[in-house]
Amino acid sequence: MIFTIAAKELRALFNAPLAWVVLAVLQVILAWIFLVSLDRYIALQPQLVQYPNPPGVTEFIVAPMFGSGAVVLLMLVPLLSMRLIAEERRNQTLTLLISAPVSMTEIVIGKFLGLALFLFAVVALMAVMALSLIAGGKIDFGLLAANVIGLTLLGGAFAAIGLYISSLTANPVIAAVATLASLLVLWLVNMGAPDPGSVLHLISLIKHYESFAKGVIDTGDLAYYVLLIALFLLLAARRLDRDRLAS
Amino acid sequence: MPPELIVGLPGTFATPGFSSALHPDPEPVSPPVLVARALSRDFGLRHAVREVSLTLARGEVLGLLGPNGAGKTTTMQMITGNLAPTAGEIQICGIDLLDHPTRAKARIGYLPETPPLYRDLTVDEFLRLAARLHRVPKARVVAAVAQAQRRCGLTDMSARRIGALSKGYQQRVGIAQAIVHEPDLVVLDEPTVGLDPNQIREIRTLIRELADDHAVILSTHILPEVETVCDRVQILHQGQVVYTDNIAALKQYRGGHALTIALRRPPGVEDLKGLPGVRNVETLSAERFRLFHEADTDPAEALVRRSVERDWGLVELTPVETTLEEVFVHLTQSDSAELPAP
Repeated sequence: MIFTIAAKELRALFNAPLAWVVLAVLQVILAWIFLVSLDRYIALQPQLVQYPNPPGVTEFIVAPMFGSGAVVLLMLVPLLSMRLIAEERRNQTLTLLISAPVSMTEIVIGKFLGLALFLFAVVALMAVMALSLIAGGKIDFGLLAANVIGLTLLGGAFAAIGLYISSLTANPVIAAVATLASLLVLWLVNMGAPDPGSVLHLISLIKHYESFAKGVIDTGDLAYYVLLIALFLLLAARRLDRDRLAS
Repeated sequence: MPPELIVGLPGTFATPGFSSALHPDPEPVSPPVLVARALSRDFGLRHAVREVSLTLARGEVLGLLGPNGAGKTTTMQMITGNLAPTAGEIQICGIDLLDHPTRAKARIGYLPETPPLYRDLTVDEFLRLAARLHRVPKARVVAAVAQAQRRCGLTDMSARRIGALSKGYQQRVGIAQAIVHEPDLVVLDEPTVGLDPNQIREIRTLIRELADDHAVILSTHILPEVETVCDRVQILHQGQVVYTDNIAALKQYRGGHALTIALRRPPGVEDLKGLPGVRNVETLSAERFRLFHEADTDPAEALVRRSVERDWGLVELTPVETTLEEVFVHLTQSDSAELPAP
């Protein structure tokens, strides 16, 4: 049942031109970043070999590309997540799902999975771009895998927050703006906290991504994203249930 | 269905507060498709629905009748699990909707006031999605969709995008969506609103056909609609059931007891009053009159004969249709006399 809803969301994404535009624009931006860093790597390569332990091509090109990908996702996810519930509420199509023998949790997880699968496709396309480096040298698969996992989790966290905010309103535009603002706040929240032990680092979206970018899969960071996703999905399911109960 | 079949149905309770009297009823062999007991729903301080009880068996069409804001939609939303009742209980085929929502919902098909249609999907895609959502097994989806399309006259439209369909066809897609999983209970909220007369007739025919193997509840504020499609009617007014009975009894209320006539060369009012069965005459204009008559005598025939004999020049003769509002007034006023006491 969850997959029926996920498939419906994916189909809805690809039925509208937005998803295609997003994919195309994203590929252009990331390909440009990829090309520029490749260029710089080739220019710097003669100097790099003089170092005792020079950074590899993956570290030099792929990690920064995934870092830029994270910023681009931050701006794109609100556009994709805004319609998940808000638009259904506005068009009064949510009734179809609520009248069906499906629990609110299944609805929310299905919708989340639909968007997460789309975001995973974005990440996968980036991975394919990185894999093209095999043609000219060796790449660090471990580092690439950590980046893929990290960016997927980060995208998932964006999607879960976007889904929850979309469940609060019947206006997709408001959902998009509020999601973007919330993501930015959660992204930048640790900027003013120089103390490395500050609780602000603990809740910052980007702080937990840094270890993945370095190739480290830290269970703490993994748990942060999984818990964040679970929390917002739960909140969204409760919000939908409240529609039924509210007076 | 002839009225005598309906009157004796088990568990047909009429008024709020009647539910306690249900207890001594013998258990029916298979539970009725829908039993709703003393449903209430408050929105803040406003009581949208108060103590509404409904029972419905397979093969019946129940009309929920009432003016806008009477609580029809709220009642339907509660029956379909879209809204939690403040008090009361709902059973679908013996399954408690509030305790086992998914099992109960699998037996319900619901067309809300605004059909929940994904306009970007084709009719086929949408109905397949609806079938899957209602847990129709994968192997049966294609057959179920084809059958729903056939019943709703959508077969030729199956490849069209829903957004490009006319309002009437969209309404049919909405109904198809509600029946694609062969539910025991079909709930239709104002299924004919906004349609042209031809479409209305087609949809009504379809609803009658549905009643062959489903139980159907439909809501409307149009009195004649209930008469053409429903077996039984419950009238809601300000959130309460003010009337429960079969259609024949409603027709009596609605029968008018008045005629509007226009005469080119009208006689005196006294002459009109002298017609058999006429109780009173109201002068609407120089040529138009309203004749009030007894319920069991219709003076129309006598009037026409006399008009010809005395050359009154009869040009209009219309039975006055009682409006819903008038039925309400009648019902609420005669409350104690004609309804079983709670």
